[in-house]
Order: sequence, then structure tokens, then C-alpha cells
Amino acid sequence: MIGRRRQHPARAWEDDETRLAWAFVLPALGVVALIAVFPIVWTFWESLHLDDLRMPWLGRPRVGFANYAEALGDQRFWSALAHTGVFVAATVTIELAAGLLLAMALDRLSRGASAVRTAVLLPWAIPTVVAALVWRFIFESPSGVANVAVHTLGMTPPTWFADAVAAWVPLVLADAWKTTPFVALLLLAGLQTIDRALHEAAAIDGAGPWRQFTGVTLPLLMPALLVAFLFRTLDAFRVFDVVYVMTGGGPGTATEPIAVYTFSTLMQNLRFGYGSALSMIVFLVAFLFALGTIQVFGGRTLLEGRR
Amino acid sequence: MIRRRGWLVVTTLLVAGLVLPIYWTLVSSFTPESRLFAAPSLVPHGLVFDHYRALFTQRDFWTPIRNSLIVASATTMVSVALGAACAYAIARLRFRGKSLLLAFVLAVSMFPQMAIVSPLYVVLRAMHLLNTYPGLVLPYLTFAMPLAIWLLVGFFRQLPADLEEAAMMDGAGRMRTLREVILPLALPGLATTAILTFLYRWNEFLFALSFTLGPERYTVPVAITLFRGQYQVPWGQVLAAAVIATIPVAAIVLVAQRRIIAGLTSGAVKG
Amino acid sequence: MAAVTLRRVSKRFPNGALAVRDVTLEIADGELLVLLGPSGSGKSTLLRLIAGLDVPTAGAVLIDGRDVTAVPPQHRDLAMVFQSYALYPHKTVRQNLEFSLRVRRVTGIAGRVQRAAELLGIAALLDRKPAELSGGQRQRVALGRAIVREPRAFLLDEPLSNLDPLLRVSTRTELALLHRRLGTTMVYVTHDQEEAMTLGTRIAVMRDGRVEQVDAPLDVFRRPANVFVAGFVGSPAMNVWEEGDGLSAGAGQGTVLGIRPHDIELTDSTAADGRGRIEVVEPLGAATLIHLRVDRRSSDLVRVVISADRAVAVGDVVGFRLRRDRVHQFDRETGRRRDG
Repeated sequence: MIGRRRQHPARAWEDDETRLAWAFVLPALGVVALIAVFPIVWTFWESLHLDDLRMPWLGRPRVGFANYAEALGDQRFWSALAHTGVFVAATVTIELAAGLLLAMALDRLSRGASAVRTAVLLPWAIPTVVAALVWRFIFESPSGVANVAVHTLGMTPPTWFADAVAAWVPLVLADAWKTTPFVALLLLAGLQTIDRALHEAAAIDGAGPWRQFTGVTLPLLMPALLVAFLFRTLDAFRVFDVVYVMTGGGPGTATEPIAVYTFSTLMQNLRFGYGSALSMIVFLVAFLFALGTIQVFGGRTLLEGRR
Repeated sequence: MIRRRGWLVVTTLLVAGLVLPIYWTLVSSFTPESRLFAAPSLVPHGLVFDHYRALFTQRDFWTPIRNSLIVASATTMVSVALGAACAYAIARLRFRGKSLLLAFVLAVSMFPQMAIVSPLYVVLRAMHLLNTYPGLVLPYLTFAMPLAIWLLVGFFRQLPADLEEAAMMDGAGRMRTLREVILPLALPGLATTAILTFLYRWNEFLFALSFTLGPERYTVPVAITLFRGQYQVPWGQVLAAAVIATIPVAAIVLVAQRRIIAGLTSGAVKG
Repeated sequence: MAAVTLRRVSKRFPNGALAVRDVTLEIADGELLVLLGPSGSGKSTLLRLIAGLDVPTAGAVLIDGRDVTAVPPQHRDLAMVFQSYALYPHKTVRQNLEFSLRVRRVTGIAGRVQRAAELLGIAALLDRKPAELSGGQRQRVALGRAIVREPRAFLLDEPLSNLDPLLRVSTRTELALLHRRLGTTMVYVTHDQEEAMTLGTRIAVMRDGRVEQVDAPLDVFRRPANVFVAGFVGSPAMNVWEEGDGLSAGAGQGTVLGIRPHDIELTDSTAADGRGRIEVVEPLGAATLIHLRVDRRSSDLVRVVISADRAVAVGDVVGFRLRRDRVHQFDRETGRRRDG
């Protein structure tokens, strides 16, 4: 206070409010800082060290960016990154397309909408691990449902989980099955904010269903689509549960995404230094992606819901 | 007319695609192991309770259920309580740095979980919290808290500010206003937040897999995953366990579908 | 009961907007002071400064001579009726009325609630929730919640604006009766000049955060302190033009003249002050408002209120005469009233 302009007496009261606000904010903030911010900093620090719990006699010498250099030359790291990219591209595309279709179908539903929404919500609410197991079961044995279905179409099914390419099918299907409902409900909420009168006006102006879709629905749905895209991409980028439970990254490492590789480096091979470097790379990529998306599309659309 | 029928077909197909796997799981969990991979048929017959019985006699499936319930509930209570205070301050009180705070909270909710697994592991080990309930609740708060704050800020902002001011004019202090006016009105929002938090934590896998060491602390997702025998997966039991793991979330969805959708779409946050 | 004093009060919001500028105002004990102004004039902010819901950035608020600027709203013992009514939706009418009494740990709560409810005719509604009430009933409950307190002063923020027009007029009358009966100081915010005229002991006309004039209603109407007040108070609005701009009152250059539509009469005699062509005819029922084009170059029309009995038609050219004693003169530079 010393040296500052003399305050109006009523300011003391506003200071009280500020004090109360911080008293309310600090417990939550403290916990988040303790268990989220501190570990990230720790991970970065750790990534600059050689720390192999299987070889404790090496100690924990500082190695600079050697771990990052190792990652750059690590074939398994690059293919894990590529696998993640494939998974993100496939699932996000399918989920946005199917989600949009489902949302528009739900939007047009006049009767039984509540019951249908409940049914749609179920796959989303089911534990990812359970979803992965269910889909593994469907694709599992030669006489499983999936194989029977493929046979009826007159084709020969591959041995799903032993085939480096075919193994992706159940993975992507399981993820799409579980997450399309979330995308659909998000887009449905967006659709329902669009004024019906706009469609009527467009119809009077002579726009057919397709023109109404591209001219009215899509542009007005853009904020919702953007939010769905951002959250789905960030989520798919972190994919772990589905792959770990369904294929374990196999056959071999053919479906191993970056999160599974990091996990096995950390928790199975116990190479904490190198694993931390991998974590930091994942963190940075995700962070830059989010930042980039917000830069391109504008953070306002994203934060609009908070005003 | 034709177009409407077209949409009905689309709806039916999509919803069938979403529901059939659940139906198939349900039917299979009551099918004897020997017929599990026999020619599939939509009409069930010869159903048995064997797998469910085995789940609770041969294995101790109560333990993971109890663990999941305890951990998910505790996380929900702590994050809703602390999150509500924080969210109320952000939504209603005057102080600097609010939007920065909110951006920070959003950023944390986007963290890849994997990036903090190893430090949390080391810290929990040092605090002797590995394989304990607090050792799971604490890491869960990392993501439960930002979600709760994010959702609740939205709910608190929807409450009319007039009501608080009316209470102040009526002579009530901040705390009294909070207790008698804000909290009762925020109840639906708090319930929605609690439901979503519980669902996410009931389903969580990575932290539970990393920070529990033995069957006495496994949560349901971890326990099911580790059912696999060395050579063969006991599919009947796995599917029965899958059904049991789904029952609580299905019940919540049935009861609170509207709330969940409102929460999901208002927060637009998953994970 | 209390007198409220604002001493050089200003309020600047964090976004930089100056909502109230250096307002000094004395509200006498038992008075009903109306704060009248267009939206954005700062009248609601001024009310909130008195209430303590906002804190002034400069100046002081005094109640009965005691400086309460730093006293939070819950300790000022003022009651407020909100535009939205702000009834607690989860409490019954009875609980809404009781709340302030319970907070203050007053004795004899039930009796006071009953008396207030009877006074306002809402005794039968005591066990309902606000959602089950009509707009008019909610408004009464909001009033009841204020009077049950027996506060030192009432603050009313556009309390009638959410009612339909008929109800608004009858409730206005009841409010006037209530004020006479209770004799408690009231500060009443409105943008409706009719409410202000009928209710106010005095009216404070506000614009851009400043108080432009404080006077008894008829004084504000008869002797507006400046061009803004002249145009804002009175309906249909006063005709305003500059000296030498078609019509003249012989007041000299640099003068703005004003005359109310009621103070112009149509005449056929040669002593007319001017002639104009009728452009619009608006029958009001008891009277008729006509708009005359006097000057071909100007787009401004002169408003005249005439008897409804007189037959006029668009296109008629009529002569008119100004009532000299009702012509207002204002300084063009400052906008202030000339004749003191």
C-alpha cells in the first residue's frame, strides 16, 4: 500500500471480496497445481536424465537432450507416431461423419426421442476397457459374429488380430462405436440452436435439402463441429485403453500408438528418463495442436460456451 | 414423406449399430462357454447363470466393484466440493486473473495423462501411497477437478445474479447467501457434475493400471482386463463382468440422460 | 426511516465506462424520489450505489448523516425491489417474506408476514412457489418482501416494467397509496415519465451519469432546466427549434425555443404565428396529435395536440398560434434554461 495513491475507503470492501475469492479458489487450484503442474515440470526435468530403474547402479546422471536425440533415431518411436496419426485420422473422420448423420437423424426424430437418446448414450457411458473387450469378442474367433457377417457378404475374413493391417479394423470400429454418440450429442445440441425459420427462409428462397445443408446447417454448425473436432483429436491422440486391451499394440508392434509405447517404456521397461522424453514429446505435440487449432479457428468459438 | 422415411431408416440403422453389440454381450454372458463361438443367432436360448456365479465364487469380483465405487465416489465428492468453491469464485466474485485461471484449468484438462504417469508413480511411491485408495483418488483429481470447475462455472453463471443481490439486500452475508440461496439453486448443476465425474472415474483405466499393484486394489476395468488366462481368455466370465461393469453406468444413464447430455454439451469436455 | 445523501458520487466500471458522474443529491426523510432517465443514463447504477451493491469510485453515500460508503448492503437496512423481482424460486412466498426477518433474528415473524401479506392481498398465496404465481402476484410478493422488513428506505428498480399496461397503471396507484401509508423514504428508478410524474414527490432527471434537474414533477414539466429535460419529459415531446429557424419568438440569436404540443392552437385568424401543412394525423382518443410541416426545407415537423372534435385531414394547410407565456427559452451553447 505504501507509495500508492490513497484509496477510496470503499476499496477495502472490494479487497475483502478478492480475499474471499482467493480463499475459494486456492484449495482447488493448489490440488491441480500439485498433481498436474508439478508432475509436468518433473517429467521435463526427468527427461534430461538417464534414469533406468532396471539398472540402478548407473545412478541418474544428467544427459541433456540425449533422450530426445534417441527418440529421433528410434524406429519404433516413429512408427508409433505414424500409428497414432493413422488412428486419429481414421477415427476422427468416421466419428465426425457418423456423428453428424446421427445428430441430423435425431434432430428429425419426433417420437421416442428421449428413449433413443438414452440408447445412443449407452456406448459412450460404457467403460472403454469393456467396449474394447466386447469388440474383441465380436472379432475374436473364426466363428465370431464379425467373421460370420463377412462370410455372408461372400468374402473370406482375415485373421483379424494376427494381421498387421486387418487388426486396425476392430480397433477403429470399437473407438468409433464408443465415441460417435458423444460427437452426435454435441452436434445435436448445435443443430437445435439453429433457428428453424432459417431453413424455412432458405426453402422459400428455393434451396433444396442439399443447399439447405451446405448453406445453412454446415456454416451454423461450425462452432460445434470445431469443438467436437478439437476434443476428439486430442482424445484420439492420447489413445491407450482400446489398444492396450484389444491388441496390446500387436501383432508385434503393428498397431502400437505413442501412448502404449510410452507406457511400456515407463512402466514395463522402467526406463524413466527415456519414457519421460517420449511423454514430453506427446505433451508438446498435443499442446501445439490445440494452440494451432485455436489460432486457426479462433479461441472465441471455443470459449463461447463459458460466457 | 419419402424423405422422412429415409431418415427413419438412417436412425434405425445407426441406433441398431450402437445397441446390437450391447445386446450381443448381454446374450453371450448368459450362454454356456461351449456354445459361445457357435453359429451366432439373435434369438437367445438355453441361457445359464454360470459365468456370473463363477465371477463371484471362483473370483472375488466384489473387491474390484467395491474399490471402483470407493475411489470414484471419493474423487467425485472431493472434486465437486473444492471445484464448486473455485467455480463460484470465478463465476461470481470480483478479482483479477479470472480468465487466466479458466484458461489454465482448460489447459490442464487437455493434458495427456501419459505425460504425468511416471512422476505421479514416483511421488506416490515416495509417499507410500501406491496401491492405496488415496493413491488413486489424488491422481484422479488431476482431471476430475478441471472438469468440475469447467462445468460448474457454466452452471453458476446461469444463476441470476439478482437473487444473490436480493439476499444481500435482505441482510444475508456471503456465507448465508451461499447456503440458503446459491447452493439450493445450484443443486441440479452439482448433481450433473457429480454424475459425469463419477462416470469418468468409474471407467478410468490407465492410472488404475499404473498405481495399483495387486487384486486387492484393482478397480473394475483393471480386474476385467487382467482376467485373461495365460493361453485362453475366459470369455464367458469376461462378458459377464462387462455386463456388471456396465450396470451402474447404464442405470445412471437411464435415470439422468437429460442431465448428462446437458453437462456434456455445456462443457463440451470429454476425458 | 431515513434521509439519504449522495455527496459527489462517481462510479467508473472496470471496463472504463463512467456510469455516474459527480452526483450530489439529498433525499429527504419520507420522500419518494424518482430517478428518471433513458436507458444507459446511470439511474440504475445510482440506485445500486445507494443499495451498496456497487461501490462508488469517488464520493460518499450517507444515510441519516452517517457515511455508509464502506458498509456492505446487508448492513445498510435498505430494501430493494428488483425489476426481475428476484424471488427465491426454491422458497414459498411465506419463506420469501420470512427470509430477511430470519436473517435478522427478529421476533414475531409470523405476525409480520401475515400483516404484510394482507396489506398486499397475497395472504392466500403464502404457501405457493413463485413459479405458480402470475406476473402481478410475483410483483406483489416482491413488494411484500420489501415492506415486511420495515426498512429505513425502499429502493425500487423499474418495479412495474414487467407488468402488462393495465396492471401497470393500477399498481402504480397502489404504490402511491402504499407510500403515503408507510411514509417511508423511497427511491424509484424508471424510464417511464408518466410513472415519474404520478408517483414522485420529486423527480431527478438523469442523462449520461449526471443529474440534469431535481424538482417536483410539475416544476420539471413547467420549467425544464435544459433542452434535454424539456425533450425527455412530457408526451408528446416538446417542439424544439432554433430562433430564426422559421418560427420566431423574438428572443434573439443563440436561443433555442421550445413549446409543448398542447400549447399551440390552430387558428384561422390572420394573427397566426405561422402556417403549416398537415403531414400525419394521430387520433389519441381524447385528443388528436397532428404533425405540421412548417418549413419546406426542414424535415422537422411541428407537433400540435388539438381537440378530437376538430376535423382535420392530411394535406390541409392550417394556421397556428403559440401561447407566448408557454414558450421556453434555452441557451444554444449550454442548453440551459434562459429565464432563470
